[in-house]
Amino acid sequence: MSRTTKKLIGRGAFYLFLVVIVFYTVFPFYWAIVSSLKTGSELFKVEFWPSDPAWDNYVAVFREQPFGRNILNSVFVAVSTVLLSLSLAVAAAYALGRIQFRGRTTLLFVVLGVSMFPQIAVLSGMFELIRAMGLYNNLFALTLSYMIFTLPFTVWVLTTFMRELPKELEEAAIVDGAKPYTIVTKVFMPLMGPALATTGLLAFIAAWNEFLFALTFTLSSEMRTVPVAIALISGASSYELPWGNIMAASVIVTVPLIVLVLIFQRAIVSGLTAGAVKG
Amino acid sequence: MSTVVVAAEEIVAPPEKASRLTRERVRSAWLFMAPMLVVLALVAGWPLARTMWFGFTDANLSDLAAAEFIGFVNYVYLLQDPDWWNAVWNTVVFATISVSIETVLGMAIALALNAHFGGRGLLRAAVLIPWAIPTVVSAQMWGWMFHDVFGVINEGLKVLGLIDEPIAWTASPDTALIAVILVDVWKTTPFMALLLLAGLQMLPQECYESARVDGVHPVRVFFKITLPLLKPALMVAIIFRVLDAFRIFDLIYVMSGNNKDTMSMSIYARQQLVDFQDVGYGSAAATMLFLIIALFTVVYLTLGRIGRED
Repeated sequence: MSRTTKKLIGRGAFYLFLVVIVFYTVFPFYWAIVSSLKTGSELFKVEFWPSDPAWDNYVAVFREQPFGRNILNSVFVAVSTVLLSLSLAVAAAYALGRIQFRGRTTLLFVVLGVSMFPQIAVLSGMFELIRAMGLYNNLFALTLSYMIFTLPFTVWVLTTFMRELPKELEEAAIVDGAKPYTIVTKVFMPLMGPALATTGLLAFIAAWNEFLFALTFTLSSEMRTVPVAIALISGASSYELPWGNIMAASVIVTVPLIVLVLIFQRAIVSGLTAGAVKG
Repeated sequence: MSTVVVAAEEIVAPPEKASRLTRERVRSAWLFMAPMLVVLALVAGWPLARTMWFGFTDANLSDLAAAEFIGFVNYVYLLQDPDWWNAVWNTVVFATISVSIETVLGMAIALALNAHFGGRGLLRAAVLIPWAIPTVVSAQMWGWMFHDVFGVINEGLKVLGLIDEPIAWTASPDTALIAVILVDVWKTTPFMALLLLAGLQMLPQECYESARVDGVHPVRVFFKITLPLLKPALMVAIIFRVLDAFRIFDLIYVMSGNNKDTMSMSIYARQQLVDFQDVGYGSAAATMLFLIIALFTVVYLTLGRIGRED
């Protein structure tokens, strides 16, 4: 076999591999879209495009549960989670990234360690706390409890970023007599746009995605967030799941997320790897 | 002589002004960290302590205040409960197989993404899709694909002539865990691929140049150059994923609920806690899971610090 043939086969195999990967990653989503457009008994036939596509399932999703409200709930929780985590994390990151003090490394590792907590291990304690604070079936319960997984990585990534900022700027500000608060807000914050956007986005996705706390701390269907709503979509009887509706709800929720992720690809990839590789 | 003494004094005893500045900065450091630390103590520290406490009581969800201390009774019962050990086994099998597949597949995808070819952006975008989709949604999408009667997977297997009868993927004890593992692999491989890609992009290029000049076969290049250089990043990614896999809840709960064949430790603990309302026993199980993970985490962090001397 000549070298050119070997090279061609190698290339062919490579591109075949790529096709398989793309098919494997995209097919389930494509299938969800196709299924959501099928109505009635069409769902029970395996066709690769519905012979009679209709929006019935999408209408039903909004009719049979307060899905619009559920989406708003998720948006509210995700946005408030991002705002709270970022404010807490930026302040902490300045201290951890720019100021030398005893116990700094230990503290960083403790914060990182919290990200390893299994959610179930804090569930009973959190449940008691939420009830004591009168936040049961209230979305703020979620905003607060989500700090347990957003704070570790936002603090860690922002600290890594803060460390890289030039010392000269800070020294100049100190010489001018600036207080730390001014240094953070006037000198560093303007430089942190990309880092804040990246960690904010990751925190948003994590909060949007969360299931266990949202399931446990909410009671009524109006207070549910999207993941809980999708998990609990039920049909006429307990054995009859309305798969068309479930697929429609899945598509509604996923399309904006995919668009977001595709637009911010680079930011997400750098954010995900910043903490892991450097930290 | 005096110059040496003065210089030594400056090194050993910094001027008064710098010392005050340092002390001020350290004070403001703690001030800046305080809100974050308070919140973390509130949502992580306190609930964890509470859960550990509940593990030593007979607390019940209907009346938490009436809990009474009963010592290690819950733990004794836990370690003898076959359902608990079943959950531990499921979790270990799940973690081992998932992470292995994700590592191999992730490595392959990372290598592909690292190569230069047209359409690389498309591959990266496609690969991010499973990661972007919420876990609950993935569970539902795959649950539908795995449906025993109307699922496209059974249909595809039948068309390919691999099976005659449709497989009840999530209901049958033989296949339930496999189905869950397949979905987790689909969902998490992108993350592994990205971590490994970051590691690959940080490797020194000189070795590859000389290997190319010497005409070394790509497969040998991978095993003799890439893999050894990548080992630190690989270890970090694997251990991180294993710790994560041990905590698995969302995916399994939405795909197969409290099914014993797929029950992980988290699901077991939650069932005791919420469904059976046995807060004492459920908390003991949850604490056990926490301790297992904490042990692994401490080992991981210690090894990490030893390897990095910062």
